Amino acid sequence: MAPESSIRNDSLSTTQGDAQPARPPGLRPGWKDWIGVVPFFAFAVFFLFLPSMSIVYRSFESPQHTFTLDNVIAIFTERSLINAYTASLKISLITAAGGAVFGFLLAYAVIMGGLPRAIRTFLTTFSGVASNFAGVPLAFAFIATIGNAGLITRWLESVLGFDIHQTGFTIYSIWGLSIVYMYFQFPLMVLIMAPALDGLRREWREACENLGGNSYHYWRFIALPILLPSLLGTAILLFGNAFGAYATAYAFSGSFINLVTILIGAQIQGDVLYNPGLGNALALGMIVIMSLSMAGYSWLQQRTARWVR
Amino acid sequence: MKRGASIWAWVILIIGLLYFFIPLIATFEFSLRAIKGRYSFEAYRLAFMDPAFVRNFGYSLMWCVLTIIGSLALVVPAAYWVHLRMPRLRPVVEFVTLMPFVVPAVVLTFGLIRLYGAPPIVLIGSPILLIAGYVVLSLPYMYRAVDTGLRAIDVRTLTEAALSLGAGWGTILFRVIFPNLRVALLSGVFLTFAIVMGEFTFASLLSWPAFGPYMEEIGAMRAYTPQALALVSFGLTWGSIGLIQWLGRGVPGQGQVAGAH
Repeated sequence: MAPESSIRNDSLSTTQGDAQPARPPGLRPGWKDWIGVVPFFAFAVFFLFLPSMSIVYRSFESPQHTFTLDNVIAIFTERSLINAYTASLKISLITAAGGAVFGFLLAYAVIMGGLPRAIRTFLTTFSGVASNFAGVPLAFAFIATIGNAGLITRWLESVLGFDIHQTGFTIYSIWGLSIVYMYFQFPLMVLIMAPALDGLRREWREACENLGGNSYHYWRFIALPILLPSLLGTAILLFGNAFGAYATAYAFSGSFINLVTILIGAQIQGDVLYNPGLGNALALGMIVIMSLSMAGYSWLQQRTARWVR
Repeated sequence: MKRGASIWAWVILIIGLLYFFIPLIATFEFSLRAIKGRYSFEAYRLAFMDPAFVRNFGYSLMWCVLTIIGSLALVVPAAYWVHLRMPRLRPVVEFVTLMPFVVPAVVLTFGLIRLYGAPPIVLIGSPILLIAGYVVLSLPYMYRAVDTGLRAIDVRTLTEAALSLGAGWGTILFRVIFPNLRVALLSGVFLTFAIVMGEFTFASLLSWPAFGPYMEEIGAMRAYTPQALALVSFGLTWGSIGLIQWLGRGVPGQGQVAGAH
């Protein structure tokens, strides 16, 4: 054994206050260490990494099984694919921004606005439910609300004599679907921002006031810089949340709105792009965008951890 | 700092509550309109009388149970091991549990079908892919729930104490660790239940009967029953989340309910 490692062993056993031989036999390190984690990693390899890698691999594969860049280039040149990405990016940006702003305001109102404590508990529970209430039932709920025979639509017509469809507005559009997505988007923001807002100490505000600062100074130089990483991080999370959503959009508008996820779903059920390679490239683009947003999220998450616990 | 509630806080709260509740009220009102001219619970009667409802709901329950078993069997030993023996693996395990956010359900289904739809390994036609997909969906929630639970107890001391008293690994897990993780495990279980029960993407694209695809099918065929089913589904979600928060009350950091779709 090299001297270096024996020193390390000594210091280890003293810091743990327990010499190696005194350990119960089950805790001796060895190959058995891996037993507990092997099933987990095997599962991850077979059902997460290999499927993802096969998408990457096949994106660069031509029908003749040779290497090609055509599929990836098609993402930027093929009309239907560009439209799909534009639609998906649009709805994700709209609902991420909208969800972040409104979710933040709501969290702020409830935590800092001096509202009764019971409201906060209720809102947290409700946000937990609403942020998980997505997919088919959510689509049905909004069809009953703003659909052709929906409550709001009928109410606007009968009470205000206002026919929403004459304005050319249809809920089966990016904006309509955004209204639906917001239902699970901003509760997520509330859930994540509430603890972050709790982390803002009263002393910081007092310190600011003692130094002659006003509300603007407090927000500009203290609260916002502290909250910004978690605000942006959560906004990115919301972006990814909307970008990957499939069930809600499918049940709400069928294939009216050609989102990337809808197109991939159609490609699975039948080769609608008439080229399997394109389907893979479409999925690859999605993985790339999601990876970038997750990377941004975890980077911001680390910055958050400095101040807010 | 200001004291007392300010007007703007109430305004924002009321807008938020309206946005939360109007769709629910609208859904309920809509579901009562199955008989022309008056409100009735006809849509609910139709929904529950449909044999296909019972069948699909039963399938979803079965997928739930299988997913929960699979998820627990994979996550609990891994999280426990990472805490006890291999802290260096923690970032890797955490990375894996975040993968479902990087690979959305529809993309994962696409990859699974292409990979296991042709030799050398053919899994299409067996529910393995569906359960695997659901387990992947549940990974972030299950792992975070179990991890939070493990952080709250002294795993090493408990394990060493049990070992020195002559307990085997089975006894340690089932009689020492699990009882201490009750709340954490149940949070993971109920959240998984809430996610899998109404799940649509995997079941629909892999062509397995389940409550989610059934709802979508009914939505295309009938007018008022879908809304009745939507409320049933909302009730299930509400029940699960409510239970998690009730179980996790007084336990800081537990009752993790946030998630992505």
